[in-house]
Amino acid sequence: MKGYRHAASGVLVPLAALAFWQLLSSMGWVNATILPSPGAVLVKWWAYLRPLEAFDPNQGSYLKWCFTGELIQDTIGSLYRVLVGFVIGGGLALPLGLAMGYSRVAYGLFNPLVQVLRPIPPIAYIPLSILWFGLGNPPAVFLISIGAFFPVLMNTVAGVQNVDSIYLRVGRNLGASRLTQFTRIILPAATPYIFTGARIGMGTSFIVVIVSEMIAVNNGLGYRILEAREYLWSDKIIAGMFTIGLLGLGIDTLMSRLSSHLLKWHRGLEQG
Amino acid sequence: MSEAATHISIQGVHKVFESGGQEVHALRAIDLEIPRGQFVCLLGPSGCGKSTLLNAVAGFSLATAGTITVDGKAITEPGPDRGMVFQEYALFPWMTVEQNVAFGLEIKGTDKAAIQEKVASLLAMLNLTDFRKRFPKDLSGGMRQRVAIARVLALDSPIMLMDEPFGALDALTRRNLQDELLRIWTELKKTILFVTHSIEEALYLADRTVVMTYRPGTIKRDLMVDLERPRDVASPAFNALKKELSHLLMEEQSRHNQAEFKDAAVD
Repeated sequence: MKGYRHAASGVLVPLAALAFWQLLSSMGWVNATILPSPGAVLVKWWAYLRPLEAFDPNQGSYLKWCFTGELIQDTIGSLYRVLVGFVIGGGLALPLGLAMGYSRVAYGLFNPLVQVLRPIPPIAYIPLSILWFGLGNPPAVFLISIGAFFPVLMNTVAGVQNVDSIYLRVGRNLGASRLTQFTRIILPAATPYIFTGARIGMGTSFIVVIVSEMIAVNNGLGYRILEAREYLWSDKIIAGMFTIGLLGLGIDTLMSRLSSHLLKWHRGLEQG
Repeated sequence: MSEAATHISIQGVHKVFESGGQEVHALRAIDLEIPRGQFVCLLGPSGCGKSTLLNAVAGFSLATAGTITVDGKAITEPGPDRGMVFQEYALFPWMTVEQNVAFGLEIKGTDKAAIQEKVASLLAMLNLTDFRKRFPKDLSGGMRQRVAIARVLALDSPIMLMDEPFGALDALTRRNLQDELLRIWTELKKTILFVTHSIEEALYLADRTVVMTYRPGTIKRDLMVDLERPRDVASPAFNALKKELSHLLMEEQSRHNQAEFKDAAVD
């Protein structure tokens, strides 16, 4: 009952915002080209989601046909870039972060460069990325991997550096070798930090994919809302934006579920 | 006590720390011969170096001067022959109770079946069987310390080092674990070096209580506790000893307080 009321209060503000928006449109206070009504956005959203061609059995299965809609294709395109960029960026950051957290020498060697590069927003790499990789997926993936790299790196370093020294003392007392200390104590003790870094990195990747699609590729959610602007299709812009928002929320929820499942031993984790 | 029976030998041990540009003499000229199977409590106010001495025996922080030997072999590093139980439990939170207890055996390279058998028997010994799949965060303080004890027992180390292991527990749980420790000690005949600041705990548990002085840590009194077990904390003999130790400890505590006032005045 309490949860039900909680959920009810959670939809209150969005509903009010929606009502206000509808009011603006219905009363004719704003130009429909500048701000279309919620209903118009919904109609456009559906059109954007639906397959463009009529179903033709000769072209393949029904299921395949269902996925031919522009929105679905754009989402697949964006998610693919996010995934590849995140895996590359995070995959490079993780071993470097472990090394920098574990070894003072590695930290001393890499930290100055990292500190200089870290504040550069991935967006600032756009000119270089195009110069180096041309157009298409490669520059986008490059930008996304930069976006994912630093959050994963910084959190991994912090995670390893913050391993409570008492665990290492216990490890030595039990006779653990350095390798065992690393794989069985330092690594698991650092995972809450690493997962936090991955979650932040995923969030950054998602922001960067939209931007990179506006400059380097010709599909994906970011490309589509920029394209819609050229035709002054503000309803499609808004439909695309909501898709981005919902997708981002979905990914973050998934990441958070995954990490609370894997870190069920962890004390500091919130339930739900 | 014959020479051959000496298990842990501490001879002329000094420990000097550097602290804020000043040298702190934590231990001075400690001599202690501990025979095999003896239950020894190190007793003293905080800052008397009792934990420092324990850490030196454990090999975490070696003595500045003097030697510590176990079975005649000098200590140079920590090792599973001297299992340690910490006040803050220090269980690995990402391992279940079972995995925590098994960890030392896995490091040793014991085969799986033997590990399982050993872990099961230790969990049964410490009444932890029903909790074997739990993570430490889901256990009470007393339960956690049982797991920490089981983890050390799994090593089959002849020596158990305990650093105020029951200090954070409530009185009832504490007594309960003390009794259990005595039971285990009687059964397994380990040499135990146990740090505490509780006089009653020292007298309840130990064969021998070593009272230490506040900085520099020296041995103020080396007392054999010849009371029959199970000991009655309400008996006149127990209370006479308690009074005696209490007096010694108060002296050190007041030296501690004076030193702190002096430090505060300097600041």
